[in-house]
Amino acid sequence: MDAFLDDVKLLAAGEGGLVVEFGAIISPTINLCVQSFMRMVSASKINGMIEAVPSYCSVVIYFDPFKITRASLTKQIEVILANLQLTKLGDLVRRVVHIPVCYGGVLGPDIDYVAKYTGLMIEQVIKLHAGQPYLVYMLGFTPGFPYLGGLSDLLIVPRQEKPRNRVPVGSVGIGGNQTGFYPIESPGEWWLIGRTPLKAFDPTRSEPFLLAPGDYVQFESIPLEQYFSIRQAVTQGIYQLKVSAEEQV
Amino acid sequence: MITVIQQGDFTTLQDQGRWGYQAWGMPIAGAMDSYAYKMANCLIGNLETAAVIEMTGSGAAFRFDEETLVSLCGADMQASVNGNIIANWSSVLIPRRGELHFGRAVLGRRAYLGVRGGFDVPLVMGSRSTYTGAKLGGLEGRTLQQGDVLYIGKDTFIPAKVQKLTANDIPVFSKTWTLRVVSGPQTHLFQAEAVFRFFSEVYLVTAADRVNYQLAGPKLAMLDKVDVISDGVGLGAIEIPACGLPYIVAPDHGTTRGFPKIGYIIQVDFPKVAQANIGDTIQFQQVTEATAIAALKIERTAYERIKKQLG
Repeated sequence: MDAFLDDVKLLAAGEGGLVVEFGAIISPTINLCVQSFMRMVSASKINGMIEAVPSYCSVVIYFDPFKITRASLTKQIEVILANLQLTKLGDLVRRVVHIPVCYGGVLGPDIDYVAKYTGLMIEQVIKLHAGQPYLVYMLGFTPGFPYLGGLSDLLIVPRQEKPRNRVPVGSVGIGGNQTGFYPIESPGEWWLIGRTPLKAFDPTRSEPFLLAPGDYVQFESIPLEQYFSIRQAVTQGIYQLKVSAEEQV
Repeated sequence: MITVIQQGDFTTLQDQGRWGYQAWGMPIAGAMDSYAYKMANCLIGNLETAAVIEMTGSGAAFRFDEETLVSLCGADMQASVNGNIIANWSSVLIPRRGELHFGRAVLGRRAYLGVRGGFDVPLVMGSRSTYTGAKLGGLEGRTLQQGDVLYIGKDTFIPAKVQKLTANDIPVFSKTWTLRVVSGPQTHLFQAEAVFRFFSEVYLVTAADRVNYQLAGPKLAMLDKVDVISDGVGLGAIEIPACGLPYIVAPDHGTTRGFPKIGYIIQVDFPKVAQANIGDTIQFQQVTEATAIAALKIERTAYERIKKQLG
């Protein structure tokens, strides 16, 4: 861990942007640094900071150069990095968000292809996909779209060559070594293996986003009837999101 | 009540943008030309956060039920009230049942229409800006259509009058643009020759929407075939995708992207991007961060002075 922290790079992203780069590979350890750093930066309430945007291995801090100079911001960031080094990163508490998914059928039209390509039975595809939690490395692409890590090697399928123009909201897909679900209707090149009745993004909710960077996602296989009953509860605003007792990782 | 009687090419409600949610993947949206946006509100005594209409390429037309003080800024779209041409970068009183028509932009690309009080549409996550990518903000998250009806809000703070910006405060638009650029987080990943060509040759604008500007010109090669892992990307970033031709990041662009960023357009020059049309040429000019900050300071001082003059 400390080896990573010794290599942190501070880079400029315009006169109002500072990139804090923890490495240049996708790894849970580097992302753990990103998440811990984000929590400390958010708590620090640095005057002049506009917002901080975490990704796989870096954080961009946007700031108002008239409220804080780059030099002064850098000093404060260096203090946070020094404290980060002293903190036991393993103590970071994370949420496990449970996402019900109706696999296969009309809601997961590509599951047959995935089964055929991987040489697995459909039941095995579901069992593997819903078998373990996935780390939310970051959100991006569209509002609330999670970049998840942890897909089983057995489920790696090359992406579709021709992207679909419109992937329905809630579609759960896999492509390459990635998996995730679509918060809004958008184009997409993943194979669709199911759909969740939950809305990963709803601007009218007091908390518009279901997931935050650093969370874990646990998919849970549900039958079609339950898909519809949950969807109804979501529409009525009475669905209780299942979040596991916070888990130390 | 204001009725849209002609919709224009791409007409949306915009304000200063939806800040604070980029960590969740929410683009900032907001007015492309932040200077014209600010002036449009300043001319009519609106709050800095009031929503205005942004028109692109070809303008819209509106009918006003009541006498209304409006402002026009940005691209010159040959606006007329009941057939009489009116001055750009000014505020104008539209008579009761008056019709305000905008034509094609003769110079520049985006024009702004402010109304005293701002447009009354719901705040979505703190902003009235339309983000069509997720169908939210503005009027039902979409471009304005013929027949839409808009209402006036209460976003004012001082009395206002019919007035015009002084010539010195009106930016000069052309078809050739010089954009000042500070180095980006991945500038070092490019061959020195590529960086040199980027700053010495001329690019042609081939796409000019709210997500990004695409350019044609010299292709830029990286030192190695480095895969840049998706990371945060801000307004004015210049991305170099695999094809080697630059993209300029605009307000509706995703918050993260896996392209190396060779530089960032300085903040005060982004309004020029907003006004560049397809077919215009762009020359990038390398400047230091000190220059960028000095330019920003000049702009902010000017804004305070204009606010006082118009107030």
